[in-house]
Amino acid sequence: MLMTSVVEWFGELGQFTWKMLRTLLLPPFEFREFLRQLDAIGPKSVPLVMLAGGATGVVMSMQTRDSLVHLGAKGMLPAIIFYSMVKETGPIITALVVSGRVGAGIGAELGSMRVTEQIDAIEASAVNPYKYLAATRVAACILMLPLLTLVADASGFLMGWVADFIAEPISLRLFLDHATRNASLGDFLPPTFKTAVFGLIIGLIASFQGMRAHGGTEGVGRAATQSVVLCSLFVILADVILVRLIVLFFPS
Amino acid sequence: MKEKNGNGKNGDAIEVTGLKKSFGPQTVFKGIDLHVDTGESVAVLGPSGTGKSVLLKLLIGLQQPDAGSIRIGGKEIVGLGTDAMNEVRKGIGFLFQQAALYDSLTVDENVAFPLRRHLHLAEDEVRERVHKLLESVGMADHGHKLPSEISGGMQKRVGLARALALDPSILLFDEPTSGLDPITAREIDDLIVETQKQRHVSSLVVTHDVAGAHVFADWGVLLHEGEVAAEGTMKDLDRSSDPYVAEFLKRG
Repeated sequence: MLMTSVVEWFGELGQFTWKMLRTLLLPPFEFREFLRQLDAIGPKSVPLVMLAGGATGVVMSMQTRDSLVHLGAKGMLPAIIFYSMVKETGPIITALVVSGRVGAGIGAELGSMRVTEQIDAIEASAVNPYKYLAATRVAACILMLPLLTLVADASGFLMGWVADFIAEPISLRLFLDHATRNASLGDFLPPTFKTAVFGLIIGLIASFQGMRAHGGTEGVGRAATQSVVLCSLFVILADVILVRLIVLFFPS
Repeated sequence: MKEKNGNGKNGDAIEVTGLKKSFGPQTVFKGIDLHVDTGESVAVLGPSGTGKSVLLKLLIGLQQPDAGSIRIGGKEIVGLGTDAMNEVRKGIGFLFQQAALYDSLTVDENVAFPLRRHLHLAEDEVRERVHKLLESVGMADHGHKLPSEISGGMQKRVGLARALALDPSILLFDEPTSGLDPITAREIDDLIVETQKQRHVSSLVVTHDVAGAHVFADWGVLLHEGEVAAEGTMKDLDRSSDPYVAEFLKRG
């Protein structure tokens, strides 16, 4: 029973993706709606992403510092914070925070549009809702996730420095210097761009769950909840595969 | 009861034959026939839950019937692909039960939505047309407002303006007066009559509002348990000796 519904879900998701992809090739591109989504997903997520990244940086700095002092390797702290933030913590924290905020937002918005017949109204006006609603949101998520990840990375690193500075004053320049001494773009680019895949997952699943909502306000609530849960879950699962691929194709 | 003329000299705007539709075990239509002549206004009456809304969704291709034929302006639409169906949809205006205005767009933008997508007009001309459309439904002063800022009756008016945007030859109304107070309902009924007179459209109105049907309908069709229980001019239906018809018209 569970197995059939899982298979059905993937089947429907596949159909949904196909319907959406087909529309991308046909003009006109819904530029206005795309801009509106960029704004809703990007700039409006910045405070949350900064806060989440910053808090993680502080915690990491405090806990790692303690362990490093025991091991007598305190000098490695900046590099540890840098690599940890850029390679994994920044991307995954950003993706999870956006899964919550944007996943719920898209799921609820499209869900309520479905149950109030607004999506039917779009179709009745001979406009393709997969293009107008889904493709714009998915594209905006893909574009915004890497940028938001940079914000989380920077905020985490900076707050990591602040926490370290409070324990033992060190200039930001020196801290940055220690952190990036052996770093290259190869350390930085693959983990940042992998978040475009997280964006794809979040945009796609949230739009899919929203557009298949049914059953009044309860259905909208269900769409929003399932959207957040599935976005977070698939982001984490995809991360396992993506990290494996990055290690394979971009060895340090 | 007299037979409808049918096949008027302008032909049928809508011609439905042997339409069957079920959802799982629930049969909505057991094979109904329905005609709307060009320029005619037909009311489809019936209590809630008789699938009246489903009928409209079948007519605009949002759902597919299990069997039967639907011809719009002489063209068979059952089994039509999305692109071909969209061409048919451009000639049909649809007023949804709760108006289904896009709640992220202003009143102006709602009415401009079909115009911007299907007619390649200069921005000035779009604005002018939107103004005229809103004027025709008495909403010209409310263009800058969001749907949530206007009343249910006003939303219906805007919904009608949007449905008229592409100058359709057929109008479909889903319960145009449900959820409105009697005075506002009467205003909407009058607006429907006025629209029909001015634009010479063919319309199909799904409703359980018998008083309204007397105002705007040339022909009434009463549905009961998935079949056409009775049809005729509203006067004919009033005089019907069939107990179900008499009961429904008296109650309504």
